[in-house]
Amino acid sequence: MSIMETLGRLAQTSGFYMLAFSWRQLVMIVVACVLLYLGLVKKFEPLLLVGIAFGMLLTNLPGSEMYHPELWDAYIAGQLRLTDIIHDGGLLDILYIGVKSGLYPSLIFMGVGAMTDFGPLLANPKSLLLGAAAQLGIFAAFLMAIGIFGFDPNVAASIGIIGGADGPTAIWLTSKLAPDYLAPIAIAAYSYMALIPLIQPPVMRLLTTKEEREIKMEQLRPVSKKQKILFPIVVTIFVCLLLPSVAPLLGCLMLGNLFKESGLTDRLSDTAQNAMMNIVTIFLSTSVGATAVADRFLNPRTLFIIVLGLIAFEFATVGGLLLGKLMCKLSGGKINPLIGSAGVSAVPMAARVSQLEGARANPSNFLLMHAMGPNVAGVIGSAVAAGFLLAVFGG
Amino acid sequence: MRMTFLDACLYSLTGMLVVFFALVLLMCIIKLMTAVGDAAQKRKTPAANKIPAPESDGERFVIRQTGPMAPGTAGEVKLYDTDPRTAAMLMAIVANETQTPLNELRFLSIKEVKE
Repeated sequence: MSIMETLGRLAQTSGFYMLAFSWRQLVMIVVACVLLYLGLVKKFEPLLLVGIAFGMLLTNLPGSEMYHPELWDAYIAGQLRLTDIIHDGGLLDILYIGVKSGLYPSLIFMGVGAMTDFGPLLANPKSLLLGAAAQLGIFAAFLMAIGIFGFDPNVAASIGIIGGADGPTAIWLTSKLAPDYLAPIAIAAYSYMALIPLIQPPVMRLLTTKEEREIKMEQLRPVSKKQKILFPIVVTIFVCLLLPSVAPLLGCLMLGNLFKESGLTDRLSDTAQNAMMNIVTIFLSTSVGATAVADRFLNPRTLFIIVLGLIAFEFATVGGLLLGKLMCKLSGGKINPLIGSAGVSAVPMAARVSQLEGARANPSNFLLMHAMGPNVAGVIGSAVAAGFLLAVFGG
Repeated sequence: MRMTFLDACLYSLTGMLVVFFALVLLMCIIKLMTAVGDAAQKRKTPAANKIPAPESDGERFVIRQTGPMAPGTAGEVKLYDTDPRTAAMLMAIVANETQTPLNELRFLSIKEVKE
């Protein structure tokens, strides 16, 4: 073989040569670079978006063979086993096993639990109602996905969960109900979470009066250590008995919280909220990004998902605010309705937005701790909604 | 599998009800836990140990110590033309500025200087 032939063959096996025949992959590389820009420069949830975008970049480099959607199709059809995927798959296929099995989202929830203080929720249990009302976004988007865009119910349920404003829950449910849509749903969920300071305030101002936004709330009562320790145990028993399908997510969330609150497992709590969380975030984000293969991602339905995700966030905000207004009326003006919008989860960003809007109306208004109650209630609420959707459409 | 819009509405309604039911159940459990905890606390704490509200004789606030002192306390502080809230803030500021834990400082009195 001559040197020219060798060079010619080498050129033909290069990614540049293959890219010349695949405009879709080229577009996906550009999309990945735009997402990297948003993560690194605009700081949109960089801890996740950077990994997702890089996974997207890797999977769309022709010839890299890091992720094989056809293997996963065969696995879902029952033609392959996980051992076959480990044997024949690429690096990102192997990492994706953790998404497919629901391992990563559950472990992330353990870290979230170890970082969460449920004290404001325990001090004001009515916050749970606001966390429930804000799940309106999930079901509004589900309805629109079916009624307007004609999605299948399992895909519509996965799109709806974007309204839970909870990335791990969205990934957990979508990987089970509609794995082909995992990348656009995860990207929409995390992007809108980063955009909460832009998405929520106009709705908050539209639905509340200045007088309502100015309401100062009474200081929260102190919560005993014993209550904080009992809470995760009690929640796990009652909610997981009520809705067993939610046990992996909620169980891990509460286990992480018990590590934090017990005071006897500081090392475990530290590992859950730092080292473990960071490692799992790397695996989760890159493998989710890897599912954004060109011929599946570049599809008009991706745009519909992005639109429905925004609608889901807006309806979630509306749900929380409307119940907040009702509670304000019923309490004789003691509850500031702005804390209702924090029920959309997205901890602690949504609570911060409530604080900022409250302080804008009245600079001496401090709503942050009051908003943290609905905020953490939203995490539980979206997990329950995901459990319901999995129980109904997962069969 | 396709679903009619009416079916989707029913599923959505059921979903919202399930979410509300689960969280209302949790709310009731938390309230029960709080009530039981408070009742147990009341049984433990005799009425004499309750901290009395500060009394004011016009210019001076007097906080009377009736029960046993809290662990680590340095005694009483006399407040002249200063309300307890402001005094607490001042003590916190002094502790912060001097980088000394509050329980290692001893305040004898706090008086507003009028010029």
